[in-house]
Amino acid sequence: MSRSDANDTVVQVTAGQRPAGAAASTTGPPAPAGAHQSAAPGTYHPKSTVHLDAVGVCAWFGSTQVLEDVSLSVQPETVTALIGPSGCGKSTFLRILNRMHESVPGAKLAGEVLLNGEDIYAPGRRLIDVRRQIGMVFQKPNPFPAMSIADNVVAGLTLTKTKISRSERAGLVEECLTKAGLWAEVKDRLGRPGGQLSGGQQQRLCIARALAVKPKILLMDEPCSALDPTSTRRIESTITELRTEVTIVIVTHNMQQAARVSTQAAFFLAEQGTPGNIVEAGPTEALFENPVDPRTADYVHGRFG
Amino acid sequence: MTTFDLGSVQLGSTMPRALAPGKDISDRIFHGSARTVGFFVLVITGAIGVFLCYQAVPTLRHYGLHFFTQTRWEPQLGKIGIAAVLVGTVEVALVAMAVGFPLAIGFALFITEYAPKQIKSWLVSLIDLMAAVPSIIYGLWGFFLLQPRAIEISRWFSQHLGWIPIFHVDTNPNAAVWQQSAYTSSAFIAGLAVSMMTIPLACAVMRAVFDQAPIGEREAAMALGGTRFSVIRTVVLPFAKGGVIGGTMLALGRALGETAAVLVIISPEYLIKARILEAGTQTVSALIAGNFGDASKSQISALLAAGFVLFLITLLVNTVAATVIRRSRSGASTEI
Repeated sequence: MSRSDANDTVVQVTAGQRPAGAAASTTGPPAPAGAHQSAAPGTYHPKSTVHLDAVGVCAWFGSTQVLEDVSLSVQPETVTALIGPSGCGKSTFLRILNRMHESVPGAKLAGEVLLNGEDIYAPGRRLIDVRRQIGMVFQKPNPFPAMSIADNVVAGLTLTKTKISRSERAGLVEECLTKAGLWAEVKDRLGRPGGQLSGGQQQRLCIARALAVKPKILLMDEPCSALDPTSTRRIESTITELRTEVTIVIVTHNMQQAARVSTQAAFFLAEQGTPGNIVEAGPTEALFENPVDPRTADYVHGRFG
Repeated sequence: MTTFDLGSVQLGSTMPRALAPGKDISDRIFHGSARTVGFFVLVITGAIGVFLCYQAVPTLRHYGLHFFTQTRWEPQLGKIGIAAVLVGTVEVALVAMAVGFPLAIGFALFITEYAPKQIKSWLVSLIDLMAAVPSIIYGLWGFFLLQPRAIEISRWFSQHLGWIPIFHVDTNPNAAVWQQSAYTSSAFIAGLAVSMMTIPLACAVMRAVFDQAPIGEREAAMALGGTRFSVIRTVVLPFAKGGVIGGTMLALGRALGETAAVLVIISPEYLIKARILEAGTQTVSALIAGNFGDASKSQISALLAAGFVLFLITLLVNTVAATVIRRSRSGASTEI
C-alpha cells in the first residue's frame, strides 16, 4: 500500500481491512499513509504531486449508516470516477473529501482523509484551509445569481478576503473562464448577472469559480446530470483539458461519461440495507473491460442499477 | 377576474379558443369561502377608514390646513393641531427601530445560522413569547424598571454627544446633583419600550426569509472556503434583502401605532423638538387614549381626525412592507 508500488495499480482499495486505529488516530497518519510521513506540514506540494487518501471512512446520517470502511487513494493528474447505483453513498463519500458532509444536520463520520499525508479532519484544522485546496462543483449549477459573471469567478477570493489587484483580477477571470471553456461566450458581458446564463453556462461558470481559488483537487458531484447533451459534452472536454492541472474526482451516474472522462474508477455498491462500500476500483479501462467482481460486471454492462 | 376580449386578439386567421375548464364542487366551495373571507377583511378595513374619515370631516373642515401645522392641542382655546404630535410619533417609532432593528436582525441571524438545533426551537418560542406580552406590561416595565437605568444612558449621551441637537437636553448634564427628571418620560425611553414589541415581529419575518436562502448557494460559498459570516454576507443577506426591509417596515407600522406603553411612560408635551432624550413628547395614539375619556363631541372629532392621519400613515407603511416582502418571498430576488 505504499506510494512506491502504486505504479501499476494506481487506485488501491483496502475494503474490509480497516487499519488499526484509523478512526481514532489523531496523532499521525496510520499505516497506509506511512509513505507520506516525510511530508512535513507546510511543505510546498506542486499540484502534480498531490495525493488524497481516504482511509477507513464510515458515514452516518442520524443513526443510519451510509458508508462502511471505504478507503481510496487518488493519484495526481488523474480523473477518478465514482460510479454506482443511486443511494450507494458515492456523493456522501465525495462530500467527505472536502468536509461538506458535516454541514448536513445529523451527519457523522469516522476514518481519515489524508491530503499529502495530513488528516483534513485533524482537530483544529481549519475548514477554509481544506476547502481552498479541495474545490467542489455541485450537481445543480449554483452561481451567485445577483453577482456579475466576473464577480462570480473571483467569489472564492472575496469570500476568504483575499486581496487581488485589478489587473490580476482581470487576468484571473479570463484565465479561469478560458479553462472552463466559457470565455468566448461571455467575454463581452462579464458585468451581467451570473443568473442570466443558461444552465450549461452556469455550470461552467461554477467550474471557473472553483478553479479561481487554485485548488489542488476538484470534486465534481454529477456535474452534468442537470444539463443537456451539448452542455454535457462541453463540460466533459473541459474535464479532459483540466486533467494536467488539477486532480479531479467525479461522481457520475452515466457509465459512458465515466468511460469517456476518467482514468481511474471506483464502483460503489450498497446491498440491501447495508452501508455503501467500494466493490472494485482501478484503471477505468480495466474496470469496464475486465471487471474482477461479478457485481461490477453486471453494473457496467447495464444489468442492474 | 380577467376577461379576454377575444375579438381584439388576431393571430393570423386563427382565433384563440376560450378556455373554461369545469370546476369541481369542492373547489367551488373553497374558492367561494376564501373569496368571502378576503372580501370581509377588505370591507372591515375599508369601513374603519370610512368611519374615521367621516368623523374627521367636521374638524378638518373647521381647521383646514392649520390642523397639520398647529403644534398646540388646547381644545378649550380653540387650538388644535397635530404637527408636534406627528413629530413625536415618528421620533418614538424611529428610536424603537434604531434599537429594535439591530437586535431583531441579530436574533434572526443567530437563530437561523448559529444556534445549535436543540436550542433553536426554544429561542423561537421565546421571541414569539415576547410578542404575546401585553403592551401595558411593557409600559410598566419601561416605567418602573427601565427608566431609572435608561436615564443614565440618556445622561451619558447628552454629556458626550450633547452638541448634536437630538442628544441635547436642556439642563446641565455635568452637575454634581443632576436633574434626573429632565431625562425621564422622554421619547427615547418610550422608544426603548416600544422596541421590545417590534422585535418579535421583525425577527419572525427576517427568520423566515433567512431560512429560505437557497442551500445550493450556501454550499457553493462554503465550498469556496467561506466562513459562516462570509456565507451570511454573500448569500443570506443579499437574498433576504427584501424580507429584512419589509420586516423592518412592518415593525415600524407597529411602532407608529403603539399606545399603552407610550402612554404610561411619556409626559405629554406639545412642542416640535428634536431633543429625544429630554422629558416630554406626545404621540397620536397616546393623545387619543389620554384625552378620549373626557372629550366633548367636537373634541372627539378632532381626536378621530388625528387617528385618521395615523391610520393612513400606518396603512401606507404596511402596504409598502407587504409588497416588498411578497416580492422577496416569490424568489424574485434570486431570479433577477
